[in-house]
Amino acid sequence: MQGLKMVLNMIDLTTLEGKDTPGKVKQMCYKAQHLHDSYPGLPTVAAVCVYPSMVGVARKELRSNTVKIASVSTAFPSGQAPMSVKLEDTRFAVSEGADEIDMVISRGKFLAGEYNFVFDEIAAIKEACGKARLKVILETGELSTLDNVRRASDIAIHAGADFIKTSTGKIQPAATMQVTYTMLMAIRDHYDRTGIMIGMKPAGGISTSKLALHNLVMVKEVLGDQWLSNEWFRFGASSLANDVLMQIMKTETGVYQSPDYFSMD
Amino acid sequence: MTRLQVLKTYKIFIGGQFPRTESGRYYSLKGKDGFDIANVCLSSRKDARNAVVAARKAFGSWSERSAFNRGQIVYRIAEMLEGRRSQFIEELQLMGLNAANAAKEVDATVDRIVFYAGWCDKYQQIVSSVNPVASSHFNFSVAEPTGVVGIVAPEESPLLGLVSLLIPAIAGGNTVVLLASEKYPLSAVTLAEVIHSSDVPGGVVNVLTGTAGELMPPLASHLDVNAMTSAGLSKDMASAMHVQAADNVKRVFNYPAMDWSKASSQGLSMIEDLQEIKTTWHPIENIGGATSSY
Repeated sequence: MQGLKMVLNMIDLTTLEGKDTPGKVKQMCYKAQHLHDSYPGLPTVAAVCVYPSMVGVARKELRSNTVKIASVSTAFPSGQAPMSVKLEDTRFAVSEGADEIDMVISRGKFLAGEYNFVFDEIAAIKEACGKARLKVILETGELSTLDNVRRASDIAIHAGADFIKTSTGKIQPAATMQVTYTMLMAIRDHYDRTGIMIGMKPAGGISTSKLALHNLVMVKEVLGDQWLSNEWFRFGASSLANDVLMQIMKTETGVYQSPDYFSMD
Repeated sequence: MTRLQVLKTYKIFIGGQFPRTESGRYYSLKGKDGFDIANVCLSSRKDARNAVVAARKAFGSWSERSAFNRGQIVYRIAEMLEGRRSQFIEELQLMGLNAANAAKEVDATVDRIVFYAGWCDKYQQIVSSVNPVASSHFNFSVAEPTGVVGIVAPEESPLLGLVSLLIPAIAGGNTVVLLASEKYPLSAVTLAEVIHSSDVPGGVVNVLTGTAGELMPPLASHLDVNAMTSAGLSKDMASAMHVQAADNVKRVFNYPAMDWSKASSQGLSMIEDLQEIKTTWHPIENIGGATSSY
């Protein structure tokens, strides 16, 4: 039960679709603060995650500030845009009120071996973020090998990432256990060397409570209890919240639940 | 040299696949002479949960299929079962029926499936209606499937009884989680194999073996199950089922124990019991009540 509530509190409730409207974002922001009102005492999710154009809408809906606003930027999801556009994209999201920026790396450049380009890009975006925390999406599904995942993790960490994140959610495979483990190891090695904590966000494909708990156990085993808060660990997900809620209500009532009785994703 | 006998593993049927129970438990079925016939899965509540998830997933596309196509598929079950006639007769004999009764039961089962196959694209016309109303509305009522149905197979009729509950449910566009009889589970599992090879999409029918005492409560109380049916359930079990089903106001039918070989044990009402009636008020132009305008 404690684990399930912890999972809820670590979710970045996400909608990243071409068909997103202000109405959809408003509804999601309401859900973020009222997960299941018929069972009082539940935590809120950690943040909502939206496109830059929707940050303003979300800011208006989330005045209390317990739920953070994350915005993807840098020409998400492909990252195929000139540097000036990416910087502008980031500055716009921050000026609209985003607390966190989820950027994508240039996977094409990375695979071509232009690691300096990738490093400089992350560093430049970090600067544009100002006070906002920066999550760097590696899009591991496009990096082919775990060696590449580790190298990209190291580059992102050294370039100033506050969080490293597996995927955009647009490419399969997304956050597999192996990939998340590899990234956690990079974070641990960095911590052992420098004492600096880096956050981790698996995103895409984690839609059941069971899988989420597997991930929490892995974080505890690899990094330890310090990382078990939404300050340092997040789930990027859209449908995970309802599954966790259904498990919580199942534990509470002893009766298997139906999605009919929970708010829509 | 005598050949070593190869015994069949009777597994459960969830989402179009034949897994073993997640609990790893089983019970031995004994024949008339006291020897073991087979090891049968003793399913757990978690298997029931998985079966409901599979049934819910299959419900959308099954209920939206054309009625005619559903009829074709149900008829196909009858064809495939006829093709396995001798296997079913043998199994019924293993479980204690004599040869003549076993053959009669299998024949009656095939006939029953054909009976409901015919109803698949006809019950709608009889159950639905256009209703006279005193306003400018075209008012009509149509039947829609209830949803996921939990079925507790009758304890005493190994094949015909369970088919008599199962087929009208799927003919009406519902999806099913079926609890096989504890005493006679073999034909339920073999029926699942027939269904598997009859164009029935995975998840439309799910079959669990084990004890009704253990598996009925999680199904009856499950908020994602919309109806429960059974026949000849003991008084205690039946009232427990009603109480557990009350939480989300399921439809509950415990039909009386009956002689399933009689024609009176089949009929339109078995399909109708698992239908919801939706009524629509459609505004129409009707100036001065002169003519009907639809």
